[in-house]
Amino acid sequence: MSDAIISVRDLHKWYSGVHALKGVTLDFKRGEALGLVGDNGAGKSTLINILSGVHRADQGEIKVEGRDVSIATPRDSMDLGIETIYQYNSMVPTMSIARNLFIGREPTRFSILGVGILDQKKMAEESVRAIANVDLHLRSPDALVGELSGGQRQGVAIARAMHFKSKVMILDEPTNHLSVKETNKVIGFVRGLKEQGVTGVFISHNMHHVFDCCDRIVAMARGEIVLDKRIGDTSIDEVHSVL
Amino acid sequence: MKRLFKTYLEKPELAGLILLVLLVVLFQVRSHGVFLNQDNLRGILGILPEAGLVAIGVTILMISGEFDLSVGSVFALMPMTMAVLMVHGWPFPLALLAGLLVSAAIGFINGYITIRFAIPSFITTLGMLFMARSLTVVVSGGFPPLLPADLPTWLFTSFVGPGNMFRMSFLWFVAVAVLTSLMLSRTNFGNWIKATGGFLPAAAAMGIPTARVKIVCFMLCSVLSGFAGMLQVLRLGSPLPSIGEGMELQAVASAVIGGASLAGGIGTVMGGVVGTTLIRVIDNGLVLSHVDANWFKFAIGFLTIFAVVANAWMRKRAKAIKMEG
Repeated sequence: MSDAIISVRDLHKWYSGVHALKGVTLDFKRGEALGLVGDNGAGKSTLINILSGVHRADQGEIKVEGRDVSIATPRDSMDLGIETIYQYNSMVPTMSIARNLFIGREPTRFSILGVGILDQKKMAEESVRAIANVDLHLRSPDALVGELSGGQRQGVAIARAMHFKSKVMILDEPTNHLSVKETNKVIGFVRGLKEQGVTGVFISHNMHHVFDCCDRIVAMARGEIVLDKRIGDTSIDEVHSVL
Repeated sequence: MKRLFKTYLEKPELAGLILLVLLVVLFQVRSHGVFLNQDNLRGILGILPEAGLVAIGVTILMISGEFDLSVGSVFALMPMTMAVLMVHGWPFPLALLAGLLVSAAIGFINGYITIRFAIPSFITTLGMLFMARSLTVVVSGGFPPLLPADLPTWLFTSFVGPGNMFRMSFLWFVAVAVLTSLMLSRTNFGNWIKATGGFLPAAAAMGIPTARVKIVCFMLCSVLSGFAGMLQVLRLGSPLPSIGEGMELQAVASAVIGGASLAGGIGTVMGGVVGTTLIRVIDNGLVLSHVDANWFKFAIGFLTIFAVVANAWMRKRAKAIKMEG
């Protein structure tokens, strides 16, 4: 059990009468890339939303690195080292890359009650480094996110998660609406997480993408886990058959 | 040219600023040099702060993705509250504090209801427009109360500076403009405002307290409007319950002409200031150029539509250039 970075026990969630999550128990192991698959409404987004603090579970417990935790807000989740990258991507297109990297966690030179003067020098320097670290080649951290391609935006989101030393990175359908080339890039990012010692949770509709970059696959259907195997012990056909 | 999109998003007030310079030159020529003389400038700068402070509040609120139609009513209610309290013997500083608190409370109610019940701020603040206006008349009892004679006008409306060029209100206006501008561009809170209005789901996912950010913007907008109303009352010397009527739409026009986007996320304090100045310049310039003053609203209307169309065109154009590049 000691190698589980997050473990959830008997997690339940109801949405106005719909039992969306029916007692899910799952260990996310340190340093592994876990692929989470399932049809729409299978409960994967519900599970992820609970871990990232968007929703609260109605029942069940969550442990992070062995400690019982309560995740009430996205901020709680981020403070525990869990970073979530959404399919719609969590970037503000009208703002620069540097500003986006630090949204909600801006370095300040001094502050009163959490509000303070931005340390723009630090933001510029650190964003250059953060982007270079994920092997993303961008003109300048002052470029607007609205100018970037979908793949580049996901790259910046991943750079942001890496920069804040997240321990678990949840990627919710990060390859949706991306071209083949861009998709490969994102898959490359997910493979790269392992080298950095980051646990990856990769959610996708596309089985090929999951098999391309994950160590373990968990399939969900109707709010329950229906398959949990190492990639080497299963096949795309088997996963399809249980969904 | 590739940077046009970026320039547009960073300096959306640029188009308004160019137009402002052109109009000043035009009016200067058409009025045979009267427009830029000291007396006329004094007149323009004397009333600019009142509309300008409201426009700053509305612009910041629009950047955060919301909207306030009640500013004109708060503009009247705040000084009326003060006047009534002073008639009952309250000293000016306490009455001022009470007036500002009433304004802040209205902003809070606007924001809380909009967010708690997830309704458009257009509706919430339309309701508040009527309620605050009605309250203004009710508390005044139908007659504008008499203001005490010993008001600290030296702090708010007296003429100061070389050749008595400015009113004190202008200095307040400049101070507020500089402070709010710095707040938007240099503080983390400014970053949150832009993120909240730019793309709400992303801002929320990154842990920004978006509801609180919006409510603070609503409150700031109301407080600035109330303060501006007090400046006007001190200038006029009487708290008329009808002041500020139609101001809400002129403030939105100022913000939009200054490049703020109704959709949120885009805009600058400077833009709101430029927009307000343009409106005041047109108002004054038309008169000096012997144009029928009734064309004023036509000009503002035309300018508003023109600004939005021009901004939309620039955005599209900038994106097209980027793809070719």
